[in-house]
This record gives sequence, C-alpha cells and structure tokens, in this order.
Amino acid sequence: MNWAQTLRTGLEAVRAHRLRSALTMLGILIGIAAVILTVGFGEGASSAIKDQINSLGTNLLIITPGSATSSGGVNGPLGSATTLTVQDANALSSRVVAPDIAAVAPVSQTVDTLTAGTANWTTSVVGTTPSWLKARARTVAEGRFLTEADEKDVADVTVLGPVTASKLFGNSDPLGQTADINGLPLEVVGVLTSAGASASATNEDDQALVPLTTLAQQIGGASRTSVGTIYAEATSPGTLSAAYQEANALLLNLHGVSAKDPDFTINTQQSLLSTAGSVNKTLTILLAGIAAISLLVGGIGVMNIMLVSVTERIREIGLRKALGATPRLIRRQFLVEASLLGLAGGVLGAGVGLAGAVVLPHLVSNAVAISPAATVGAIAVAMLIGLVFGVYPAGRAARLAPIDALRTE
Amino acid sequence: MSLIELTDVCKTYRTGSLQVAALAGITLGIDEGEYVAVMGPSGSGKSTLMHILGCLDVPTSGRYRLAGEDVGEMSEAQLADVRNRRVGFVFQQFNLLASMPAWRNVELPLTYRGGSRAERRDRAITALGRVGLGDRVQHRPGELSGGEQQRVAIARALVTEPDLLLADEPTGNLDSASTREILGLLDELHGDERTIVVITHEADVAHRSQRTVRMLDGLVSDDAPTAAVGR
Repeated sequence: MNWAQTLRTGLEAVRAHRLRSALTMLGILIGIAAVILTVGFGEGASSAIKDQINSLGTNLLIITPGSATSSGGVNGPLGSATTLTVQDANALSSRVVAPDIAAVAPVSQTVDTLTAGTANWTTSVVGTTPSWLKARARTVAEGRFLTEADEKDVADVTVLGPVTASKLFGNSDPLGQTADINGLPLEVVGVLTSAGASASATNEDDQALVPLTTLAQQIGGASRTSVGTIYAEATSPGTLSAAYQEANALLLNLHGVSAKDPDFTINTQQSLLSTAGSVNKTLTILLAGIAAISLLVGGIGVMNIMLVSVTERIREIGLRKALGATPRLIRRQFLVEASLLGLAGGVLGAGVGLAGAVVLPHLVSNAVAISPAATVGAIAVAMLIGLVFGVYPAGRAARLAPIDALRTE
Repeated sequence: MSLIELTDVCKTYRTGSLQVAALAGITLGIDEGEYVAVMGPSGSGKSTLMHILGCLDVPTSGRYRLAGEDVGEMSEAQLADVRNRRVGFVFQQFNLLASMPAWRNVELPLTYRGGSRAERRDRAITALGRVGLGDRVQHRPGELSGGEQQRVAIARALVTEPDLLLADEPTGNLDSASTREILGLLDELHGDERTIVVITHEADVAHRSQRTVRMLDGLVSDDAPTAAVGR
C-alpha cells in the first residue's frame, strides 16, 4: 500500500467520524490559535516599544555628567556642576579617535519663556550644534536647521519644535518671525518635523533650538564651555558597542579618571530597548507557556481518540491483517490518521488565529503582528503533536494479533 | 501435488497458569483442487486449525508447509505477505467494511500489493461479476442482503487468485435460501479447480465436499471421502 492510498484511507477514517474528528481537532485548534495570537501580541507590543524608542534617534549614545556610585550618590569633581565640555564633544567627533561615532551633538539646556507679540510660552531652550539633527534622527519640516555659520557667528536664530511654533505663532507661518528670550530677539529660521506620538517624559516636539554659542554667550545660564548632555550617534547598530567603548575610553582619558570611578554616564538606546524587551519577553513566555499547555491537552485528546478508534476498529484491523496488511502498514495508517487530525486542527487553528489577529486590534488597542514563519511553524507543530501522540495508539494497533482482533465481537 | 502439508502440528495456548492444547499433533495433507470440509464439535480445535492453515497463527511445534513454503519460521510481515498471496478468507461474520462500497471491499487485498488504481478496480469488478453481483458494485454492505454480503466476501477472497480458499462457517449467519446460494457458488468454484477448505459443524455443508476431516479434542478422528461418511 503506497503513501497516497494510506493518505486516502486516513482521510476516509477522519471523515467517517466527523463529529469525533471535529472535537479532537478543537483541542489542537484552540492551542494553535492561542499560540499564534500570543506570539502576535508579544511581537506587536515589542515592535511598538521598539518604534517608540527608535523615534528618539537610532544608534544613540547619551552621555550625561556624573555617575551613580555604588553608595547611591552622584559622583562629580569638586567645584563643578557639570563635567562635560564642548572640548569633549569635539574630541568625540574626531574620526581618528572615535571612528565608529558618526555624529556628535553637545546639548546645553535651560528653561525659559519665549515671547512673540502677545503670546508667550515657557519651554526648554536647547543650545546645540548642527549635528543634533543627525544624531537625534530628526528632520526639518520647513526652513532650515542651525548651521556652522550660526554657531561661529553666535547668530540670534532659533529652530522651533512644531508644538512650540503653534503655541507662539498660531496658524501663521513662523518662518522669518521673531521670538524673544529675555529681551533677546531670535529669528525663527526653521520648524522641526513632529517626532511622532512619543510617550517619553520630555516632549520632543516642544523645544526651541539655538546655537550652543548663542545659548552660552547671549542667553546665559551655564558656563561657556560646559554642556548638559552629549548625544553621539554610532555609524550603525552593529558598531554601537564599539562606539560606546571609544567614547568611554576617550572621556576617561580626557577627564583623567579611572574606569572604576567615572564622572559621566553613557546610556544607549540598546539598554533602554533591552529593559523594555525583557519585560515583554517575560510576558510572552508566560502566555506562550499557557498556549503550550493547551496544545499538550489537545495532543492528549488526539491520543485518547486514537485509542478509542483502535479499540472500535479492532475487527477492521484484524481483517486488514488477514488480507495481507503488515504491522508496519497498520502502524503507518494510524499515524497518518493522527497526523491528519493534528494537521487539520493546526490549519483551522491558524485560520482562527489569523482572523483573531485581524479582528482583535479593533477591540483592544494592542497591535498584533502576524509572523508567517510562526504560523507555518505552528501548523507543523500541530501535525507533529498528532504524530507524536499517535505513536502509542498506532503501535497498539500494529501489535494486535490478527486472530484476537478477528475474534472480538 | 500437495498444497498443504501439516506434520505433527501442535498448538498450545496459555491462559493464565493453564496450558490448553488446542491441536495435539495433526498430520494432514490436502492436494490442489480438493474440496475439504473440516467438521467437529466446538472445542475440537477446528478454529485453531483454520487459523494455522490461513497463516493467521503459527504452530507451537510441528511443521506446516503451504505450497512448499515453511510457514513456521516466518515473521509477522512475511506471514502477512503469504496470506495476501496464497489465502482467500471467507468469514462467518462477512467482515466487510461498512463505509466502503462493494467494489472497494473487494479491492482491499489488492491494495496491499502493487498495481494501478484502474487495474485494481477492474479486477474487483470482474470478481464481483464472477459471484453474480455485477450490478451491485456501488452498493454498500448495509444495502445488501446477507447472502449478497457473503458473496461480496467470496469475491474479495477470489480477487487475488489465491492458492487456497478458506471458509470459516460461511453459512453460519445465513438463511436456508442464502445458504443454498453460497454452497452452489462454492460448488462452481470447485468446478474451476480451486482448492477449498470449509470449516463447519453443519452436515449439509460438509455434504457438498469431496472429503471430510473430523476433529475431536485436537486430533483428527476421521478422514475419509465424503461419500463414505454417513450418507
């Protein structure tokens, strides 16, 4: 008996007991649908978090002064509030010392009130360099960004976030208009594109960017050389850790401090991502575990039904043996039957899971990511479960002695 | 030429601690083309003999040669092959698969050997024609009378052109009209030079055969041409 015939016989057996087969499949179906949905939820949530973090700027190193020591205090050199300087930023942007760093943006920040006509708005005033745009992966919606010339000339210009622009100028075009900070008129030369709906604490769309020199010399606040934060962008995600090492070594060297006792902290997007990812992973594993248990129950259901089927068809087995079926063929026939039950349950379960993935996002706000590989994998697993749990019943059928099987009433 | 050679065949069953000798040393030869009835009361070992003859079971001791092949040393798979090639079974309970039409039931033994689907179907339909059911090819067993079902079973036994047709109480479940029908069919098949062994406890069934083997307590008690036995 060849495979095609065995398959046909298996299909006939499944069809002959429609209700029983359907109930058996149901166990597998629910398990597979649950697997597809939980994996989809997990992937949907993690890609949403990834998008959010990536919106802050990809491949980013965030260098801040001071470091949390083991005692919990903040360690900083005596007599200076901040330890990062423009010189640090310049050194980091050297292609020779730090070849894996593509862009460096020193940032000095203060909070101040901007006035335009009768409108006034208090927001972050950020002094930075032209490379900020690249390092933070932002774009300009209209006008231009800060230039090297602005930096050199201590130009009185500003680039506004879209929220800031609308607060100050309403619906009128802000380009070319003037906003005052502490009586210093700044010309609006550009407006940033929105960073998208970001849930981060600092609103990326509400800030006023000015040249670093302008902030230091014209607006005042911090010292002329120190900066609050340095953003450094690695050349690619793959070189992020190399960039981290270079920045770390360079700053330790420049500041003359030991690696055990640094006066700065470097955070990466990766560390934020991995924290978010690990929380998410735990949840996914938990849900997938529940799904796996339901698959196991489904598999036991297949075994149960196959055992019933063997007992019920004991005469048929005896007859087939009398007519020349070898134990191997009998075993194969029942294995094929069990695999078919598993496969059918898997395909239907995948169908239900995919339908759920389409419908559910409309009911709950979570995105469900469908992975074709996971879907095909789930169907294969379902078939495998049928096969594995069919081994014992099939073995029992194969071992039946023909005379005992034929004698049974 | 001898088709069946049994030499001092014993079969012992073990039920718990008890050993039951179903066959206690049988020596029997059946030639090709013979029509033999095996008779005996229940418990005489005639069913066990049928199982041994049909290669459904192997002797505990002694030798059984079917068409020159020693069956005693064969594996399960080899026995399955011998049953498929050499033996056609007819059972008291018909043993047809209810979900399949008549021709699929007849085709069943052919599926355990090669051959194309179309060829198997042709042979199955030819065999049904041979037993007079050419017009019942698509009927399921449930739609056929007892006699017709047994004829389907005989067609299934014949479809492989076996060396031996082995019938176990073939009329045990039939009314007298159907019994006559089936016995007539067996007579015809005997006329075609087929070797037939019928196990029965009914005298009229044995009456049709050429030779009657009587069994008692696992032994052959009498073996003679049928005409000479209590006519």
